[in-house]
Amino acid sequence: MGIYAFKLPDIGEGVVEGEVVEWKVAVGDKLKEDDLILSVMTDKATVEIPSPVDGKVTMIKGGVGEIIAVGSVCIEFEVEGDGNASASSADSKAASTVVDDAPTPVAEPALDDTPAPDTSSNRAPGTKPMASPAVRRSALEAGVDLDQVVGSGPAGRITRADLAAWIANPVAPASSDDSATASSSGSSVSTPVSASSVAKVAKNGVTEIPVIGLRRKIAEQMVKSVTTIPHFSYFEEVDVTELESLRQHLNANRSADQPKLTYLPFIMQGLVKALADNPICNAIYDDEAGKVFRHEAVHLGIATQTDRGLYVPVVKHVEAMDVWTSAAEMMRVSDAAKKGTASIDDLSGSTFTITSLGRMGGLGATPIINKPEVGILGVHNAVETPVVIDGRIEVRRIMRLSSSWDHRVVDGWDGAMLVQSLKKYLEHPATIFM
Amino acid sequence: MSNIRKCKVLVVGAGPGGYVAAIRSAQLGMDTVIVEGQRAGGTCLIRGCIPSKAMIHAAHRLHNICDHMDEGGHMGISVTAPPVLNMQGLVEWKEKIVTKLNKGVEHLIKANGAELITGWATFVDAKTVSVKTADGEMRIEAEHVIMALGSVPTELPFMPFENNVISSKGALELQNVPEHLVVVGGGYIGLELGITYKLLGSEVTILEAMDSVVPIFDKEVRRPVELYLKKNKVKVHTGVFAKGVEDIKGGKTKVFFTPKDADKDEPPQEIIADKVLVTVGRRPNVKRCGIEATGVSLDEMGFVKVDERCATNMRNVWAIGDVSNMGPMLAHDASFQGELVAEIIAGKKRIYDPVAVPAIVFTEPEIVSVGLSPDEAKEAGHPIITGKFPLGANGRALTQEAEKTAGFIRVVAREDTHQILGIQCVGTHVSELSGEFTLALEMGAVLEDIAGTIHAHPTMSEIFHEGVLATLGHAIHTTN
Repeated sequence: MGIYAFKLPDIGEGVVEGEVVEWKVAVGDKLKEDDLILSVMTDKATVEIPSPVDGKVTMIKGGVGEIIAVGSVCIEFEVEGDGNASASSADSKAASTVVDDAPTPVAEPALDDTPAPDTSSNRAPGTKPMASPAVRRSALEAGVDLDQVVGSGPAGRITRADLAAWIANPVAPASSDDSATASSSGSSVSTPVSASSVAKVAKNGVTEIPVIGLRRKIAEQMVKSVTTIPHFSYFEEVDVTELESLRQHLNANRSADQPKLTYLPFIMQGLVKALADNPICNAIYDDEAGKVFRHEAVHLGIATQTDRGLYVPVVKHVEAMDVWTSAAEMMRVSDAAKKGTASIDDLSGSTFTITSLGRMGGLGATPIINKPEVGILGVHNAVETPVVIDGRIEVRRIMRLSSSWDHRVVDGWDGAMLVQSLKKYLEHPATIFM
Repeated sequence: MSNIRKCKVLVVGAGPGGYVAAIRSAQLGMDTVIVEGQRAGGTCLIRGCIPSKAMIHAAHRLHNICDHMDEGGHMGISVTAPPVLNMQGLVEWKEKIVTKLNKGVEHLIKANGAELITGWATFVDAKTVSVKTADGEMRIEAEHVIMALGSVPTELPFMPFENNVISSKGALELQNVPEHLVVVGGGYIGLELGITYKLLGSEVTILEAMDSVVPIFDKEVRRPVELYLKKNKVKVHTGVFAKGVEDIKGGKTKVFFTPKDADKDEPPQEIIADKVLVTVGRRPNVKRCGIEATGVSLDEMGFVKVDERCATNMRNVWAIGDVSNMGPMLAHDASFQGELVAEIIAGKKRIYDPVAVPAIVFTEPEIVSVGLSPDEAKEAGHPIITGKFPLGANGRALTQEAEKTAGFIRVVAREDTHQILGIQCVGTHVSELSGEFTLALEMGAVLEDIAGTIHAHPTMSEIFHEGVLATLGHAIHTTN
């Protein structure tokens, strides 16, 4: 018998740490090679880690919600033969030490010898979420995994109200000690009032929402971006009347296997042209190395709102695509992000990012750069607007663009040039294809 | 081929899975065709659940009348001349019920706008069938195909269904009550029909390979049924293998069997039967329909492999009910899956996720099982508490002599959360209680939910309330 210590493997380019989402095993479990042991969330995607060996679990490190550095020991097995470690828990105190061949971890991993706490509510551990058939159906239709929902009913039963509350405000599963707060405080009762004043009630309820998982990743990434990058924003209006007529024509005459075109595929293709004119904007700035890497390839991140939060799936090599394939590939990656099936590859490698506010419109926004990129483009909806042309008022379809730039490496002039260049292509859509 | 019908949804097989799928599909506005080789209704309606329940009812009625023939009568009622059974008359009465339901199903299919085509369907490819109808051969091409092919009785190779060896279907069509019926296979179908023929006047012998009849249930639940068999002189041989049959003169058949631990050279035992009913299970009905042409994957038992949406490995080809490898082979499960698939095809999001599929055995006494038994619950790692309540302590049971078969209810719940995990109930007339049991599990009821629900008096449903109270340690009408 020997001990096999398993280190969190390098699960993707540039991934240095992962947050434990779920341990699928407990100490004492006997496993076969390739049985799933752990889900970890990286800043790119959630990855399932299989067991490297046949053996019995003797130790688990890192509870749910905790961070494990790539290369640090996360689980130990008792195995037939010699194993690869001398004694159990030999390096438990030095768990943050990283083996030489692994990338440098950034965050200090907070490790803990206790097994993962049950993440559910007052539901008995190991039981399936309990809910009536109607609630289960509503959850399925809303794409909600009932495993995540805290049930307020007896034995943790999930009521219709629990599900509605979750859909309105998804709360990541709380750790066992504060689950009670998360489940009950939202409904805490206000001061009693007389029947005549039912409509207006002073409320004192406070809902505690642990910021963990993807939400925490988003929070960290945003802070990093805003605190290191001096953003400047630039807004412009684009007349897309001609583009709209082209779009309508293409949609009306597309073949069955061609996707329906929104504005985005045209903007993607317009950006390919505009970024070629202004290569400074299609770049990765490694501020530690002090180098900007300008890319010939245009890999466009598409900011996508999912049930789980913000993801940025990437359409690779947009410069090698036409408008149809741009549309199809954008749909594929954003669907994959929404369904949670996007691979690490689908979620990394962007050189520039588009964030579309779609039909929500808005006058303008100051998008935050997807570090280490140097620029981001926000797209608003196109609306019919009175415009003065040659002294007459005409109704034109106007789209607003908001952009932000890393002023360390992109000057105001450069950012504005890119947007003006894009505007030119979009207002004369034939030139996109020339 | 000239006659081609194209449609959105094609359902193959009009049993309780298929006809429900077709009705729901048509309700959702889809152009729906359903093909059935025989009469609409399937095994359940034509040669299974429904006709067998009719026979069981009649057999009990006959048997109950005989109770009043004893000296001094029973309940103050005496019958002075023995009742006369006319088996052809009984089969005709049963057929009338079947025909009524069959016409009802055909009417519902049409009234909802689906087209019913009668004829044997053979798959040309996954989305096309050729059908031999009375008017000639036609072809149906569909965007979606729902395989609702059902199942057929398993045949033993050394005693095929011929002459005196009959399947459950044959047992529902006998024109005379056999003097001696030998039942090979003491599962639920064998017991239901075996007890029926016993009550109709046959001598009945049951041969079962396992160590008990209805072995899917635990000892405590089996006990009242075993007692009933014993009391009513149904001969039961457990742990024996049927070996074969030999027709002998006088239209009778010899049945050979050996104990499973017998020496190889030991000569088999034999009994003489008028009819031999073989009920050793059912298998998916995938032969003779050209299923190979569809490319759908089957599992090692021949069931069509499906995922939680009843989708096969072929796009837009679905399988439901007995022929699919999901869920038990029960009519109500097939109907549930039929509805589900029609809604998925119509673009709704559905999955097969019942907490429990109720299983009922219409023996005397009847057995209902929903959810987990105590053993299953323990095996699944639940800390459990259980409670029992006898039918003998229920007033309504006594007024209809339902307590005489020593029935009871048993409730299984988690010790920590009181979530109800399973309910087993055995007793005369208890099948009608199954709805509340299943609802309790589907709604995620805890013991206190049932304890806090007023159950009408005097009804047998009170036993659920009392069984739950017993689990909590404070039943009212029995000592705890």
